[in-house]
Amino acid sequence: MDIFLQQIINGLVQGSIYALVALGYTMVYGIMGLINFAHGEVVMIGTLVTITVAGSLIKAGMPVAVAGLAGLMAAVLVCMALGWALERVAYRPLRNAPRLTPLITAIGMSIVLQNLAMMIWGRNYMTFPSLLPKMDFEFAGANFTLIQIIIVLVSAATMGGLLLLVYRTKLGMAMRATAQNPAVASLMGVNINRVIAAAFVIGSALGAVAGVMVGTYYEIAHYQMGFMLGLKAFTAAVLGGIGNLAGAMLGGILLGIIEALGAGYIGDLTGGFLGSHYQDIFAFVVLIVVLMFKPSGLFGEKTGDRA
Amino acid sequence: MSANLPNPLLEAKAVAKHFGGVKALQDVSLTIRKGEIYGLIGPNGAGKTTFFNCMTGLYVPDGGGFVFDGAPLVADAPDKAAARGIARTFQNIRLFGNMTALENVMVGRHVRTKAGVLGAMFQNAATKAEEAAIRQKAIDLLHYVRIEERADDLSRNLSYGDQRRLEIARALATDPKLLCLDEPAAGMNGTETEQLRELIDGIRRDGTTILLIEHDVKLVMGLCDRVAVLDYGALVIEDVPAVVQKDQRVIEAYLGA
Repeated sequence: MDIFLQQIINGLVQGSIYALVALGYTMVYGIMGLINFAHGEVVMIGTLVTITVAGSLIKAGMPVAVAGLAGLMAAVLVCMALGWALERVAYRPLRNAPRLTPLITAIGMSIVLQNLAMMIWGRNYMTFPSLLPKMDFEFAGANFTLIQIIIVLVSAATMGGLLLLVYRTKLGMAMRATAQNPAVASLMGVNINRVIAAAFVIGSALGAVAGVMVGTYYEIAHYQMGFMLGLKAFTAAVLGGIGNLAGAMLGGILLGIIEALGAGYIGDLTGGFLGSHYQDIFAFVVLIVVLMFKPSGLFGEKTGDRA
Repeated sequence: MSANLPNPLLEAKAVAKHFGGVKALQDVSLTIRKGEIYGLIGPNGAGKTTFFNCMTGLYVPDGGGFVFDGAPLVADAPDKAAARGIARTFQNIRLFGNMTALENVMVGRHVRTKAGVLGAMFQNAATKAEEAAIRQKAIDLLHYVRIEERADDLSRNLSYGDQRRLEIARALATDPKLLCLDEPAAGMNGTETEQLRELIDGIRRDGTTILLIEHDVKLVMGLCDRVAVLDYGALVIEDVPAVVQKDQRVIEAYLGA
């Protein structure tokens, strides 16, 4: 029983990171039907920027809390600029191209960003500075840390903020209108280019927050870390129904929990033949099962809803 | 033929558009004056909607152009046409079905407001005030077209007549100088058409010029100050309804020669 609870907690933490990243995929897909495969790399750059900024500030003698916040701010700003630039340089010229073209461009941008990061930060694993004090708690036989609590709280707050933005502001309304019918939205004076750019910028900001969380949680970072994280978050978005915000959140958390439970029990289930390092299997089994039995995902609607 | 009318709001000058070999519009020139209700009629496929689409930036004309409110209308993007003061409704209703009636109108308010991405993320006072103003204006407009009690319903759940009214409210939210209505009476019964007539007349009285595409000839002739007839993409006649109704070419276009 305590393994079960322990893995639920671990899954919830990992899942809230997936959810934040999945939102970046789903926002862009919802508005322009593009799967931005470079999104995982945006998250990676967020982590590495934080290492540089927070690490050097700590070395310069700043308090850890201040350095951490500065690192987070820097990551968010750099990622927002990067998201904007990606859309402007790589995707906007292909707005009216066949669907496959921007998809391949996205994969290309992912490779470009990985190599760019390798040139800047090198090919070795980097240590992420400890930004939060190590504190452990115990509840009903399961252990959890202060870092885990903060990850869950921050992602809940960030997601709440996103929902407010999308459902309560003029920009959010323009985004929803554009997702439903770009031609009519632009006749109402909505500047489609700005709405699409906003989706990239906001998605990248969420990705940066997720990147800082990943770094804080695992205390290690690498220029290729965005690849697997991106694929899993994409799986989470598909599981929830790509294009749907609530779906991405629920899909992320579900995927995290499925993965954690899988990792916790795979040893017992296979008589020790497979160990917990096979946990990546579960994400992709989920992806295959969803695509086979419910390709529109949990909350997905049929695409192409044109009145 | 109509280049020297006083108070022009929109002048079309030899507008041409073809799709492959089909000449959807052939050198159409017409003038809409400020404050009038201008009817554009013609048989199916005559080019009425193509004309609308060229004017609102959905299509780029192959020849000719428009002068709107004293300056050339370079409508290469629909949001620019909206910013200049041209709003439209659609022949087949195109609301944002998954948004409430109120939200649909609020989207229309977009072009007249300026808070951007950063404002939305950080919610400064100016952004909040602007959003409150948008909401109030949208409520007023729903009241104006008399569907305020449906404000919080998803627009796809509104009745057909109410959806038509909502489209008009959404178009009015852009503060248009010229409101283009594409077959607003299509599918309406007699009572609904009469209420629509009153609404359109009221909008004109409140100062908005109206371009009306309509199949209901009785509605057009009773409501419009001047009428233009298109046939096979070419302008047949542009005159007051009494003259248009008696024109031999118009009768032929409608009844077949």
